[in-house]
Amino acid sequence: MSSGFTNFAAQNGPDDWRDAAHSTGTSIMAAEFDGGVVIGADSRTTTGAYIANRVADKLTKITDHIYCCRSGSAADTQAIADIVAYHLNFHGMELGEEPLVEVGAAIFKELCYNYRDSLMAGILVAGWDKKKGGQVYSIPIGGMCVRQEVSIGGSGSSYVYGYVDANFKPGMSKEDCVKFVSNTLALAMSRDGSSGGVVRIGIITEKGIERRVILGNELPKFYEG
Amino acid sequence: MSSIGTGYDLSASQFSPDGRVFQVEYAMKAVENSGTVIGLRGTDGIILAAEKLIMSKLHENTTNKRIFNIDRHIGMAFSGLIADARQIVEIARKEASNYRNQYGSSIPLKYLNDRVSMYMHAYTLYSAVRPFGCSVILASYQDDEPNMFLIDPSGVSYGYFGCATGKAKQSAKTEIEKLKLGQLSCKELVKEAAKIVYLVHDELKDKNFELELSWICKDSGGLHVKVPESVYADAEKAAKQAMEADSESDTEDM
Repeated sequence: MSSGFTNFAAQNGPDDWRDAAHSTGTSIMAAEFDGGVVIGADSRTTTGAYIANRVADKLTKITDHIYCCRSGSAADTQAIADIVAYHLNFHGMELGEEPLVEVGAAIFKELCYNYRDSLMAGILVAGWDKKKGGQVYSIPIGGMCVRQEVSIGGSGSSYVYGYVDANFKPGMSKEDCVKFVSNTLALAMSRDGSSGGVVRIGIITEKGIERRVILGNELPKFYEG
Repeated sequence: MSSIGTGYDLSASQFSPDGRVFQVEYAMKAVENSGTVIGLRGTDGIILAAEKLIMSKLHENTTNKRIFNIDRHIGMAFSGLIADARQIVEIARKEASNYRNQYGSSIPLKYLNDRVSMYMHAYTLYSAVRPFGCSVILASYQDDEPNMFLIDPSGVSYGYFGCATGKAKQSAKTEIEKLKLGQLSCKELVKEAAKIVYLVHDELKDKNFELELSWICKDSGGLHVKVPESVYADAEKAAKQAMEADSESDTEDM
C-alpha cells in the first residue's frame, strides 16, 4: 500500500482507489468552554473516492482526560496516538498523577515535528487537567504546536472558518458549546465531499468524558441551495 | 576506632553481619563535618540558608557557593563535600533541562527528587564507586505550592516543612521545631533562618563564616534567587541583634 498522498496523481486510473492509502479526509474540531472542552469529528474514512468506513471514530483516547482528534493518514495518526498514549501513561505512572494536557501536546508535537517529512498528520489535542482546566492544542502538518480556545481541522474545516469566527464565544455553557460544535461540523460535512456520516462528540470535564453521537438524519439542517 | 567496620567497610556493595553498609555511614560522617544548611517552608515559598565556613582569610568570599540554581523554579542547597555536590547539581540540571525539552513544561519537584534520589542511591550499590559525601535539599515553588525534599547519601529522601543538615543539624532542628512553619510567610522566615544559622554557628571551633540566603516564593515571582540585598541586610542585622540579646541575658543570669 502506498504510504503518502503524493502517489495519487501518478496512478490516476479507474482502479486507483484499490491501493490508495486510507485517509481521514475530515472535519474535526475542539473548543474550550467553561469547565472543560468539547471535541467533535465526522465519521468518514476514504480510500481515494471510496468510503472505506462511514462510522469511523476519529476521537481517540490518550488518557482518561486527554483525547485527540485525528486528520490526515489514518495509519500515521493511529500510530502516533498509540505511541503518545504509551509515553503519557508511563509518565503518569512515574509522576503518580494525571499528566497535563500540555505535556500530551508536547509529546505529539515532538513526534510530528521530528518525522514531519514522512508523516501526514494534523492533530488536535484536547483535554482537561487541574492546572489549566479545559485546553485545546492544535498540531498541524509540519509539527507546530499552539494553544487555541477553539480549533478546527481537516479538509472540511476550510468551509467553516467564517462560521467559527462569527459564533465562538469564550466561556460558553456546556450545551451551548456542544450545539456550536455540532452546527459547525454539520456545515463542514455538507460542503466537504470527503467528510460525512455521523457527528461524534466528546465532552471532557473534570469527571472524564461524555460521548455523544448525532446520526446523519438527526444533524442540524441549514440552507442547501 | 579499631573495632569499627572490622573489614566490612571496604566496599559500598557489602553488608556487615548486622545489616549495615558502612561506606554509607562514613559518607554521612562527611556530611556532619560541613557547615549547617537549613530549609524552611513558609505559606508562600521556601527559604534556603547555609552557613558557609571560611577556611582561609585569603579566600575570596562569594566563591564556593553552597546554594545553586537547578532550574528557574528550583533551588538546591547542600552540606558535605563540595566537589561531590557539584556533580549532583549537574545531573539535577540535566534532568530539569531534559524534562523541559521532552515535555515542554517545568519539571515537578517530586519527579526531580525521585530521579536525583535514584542516582545517589545507585552509588551505594557497587564496589567500584563510593557514595556521595553530601546531603542535598531540593526546594521549589510551583503552581502556588512550596515543596522541599532532603536527600541523604544513602539515597533516602523525605519531604519536609523544615529541615537541617550538616554540623549543627540537631540544634538547628530543635530551633526549627519552635517555629510555626504552617503560618509564617517567607518575609518573616528569612529573619528566622538567619537567626538559626547564627545561633548554631560554633564560634570556638569555626571562626569565620558567610551566611548564604536564597528563596523561591511569590515575591520572587516563583524564581529561585538570592534574597535581595536589603532583605539580606535586615535578616543579618536581626540575627546579630538576637545573638547580642542572647549573650546579654546569659550574663544577667550569672
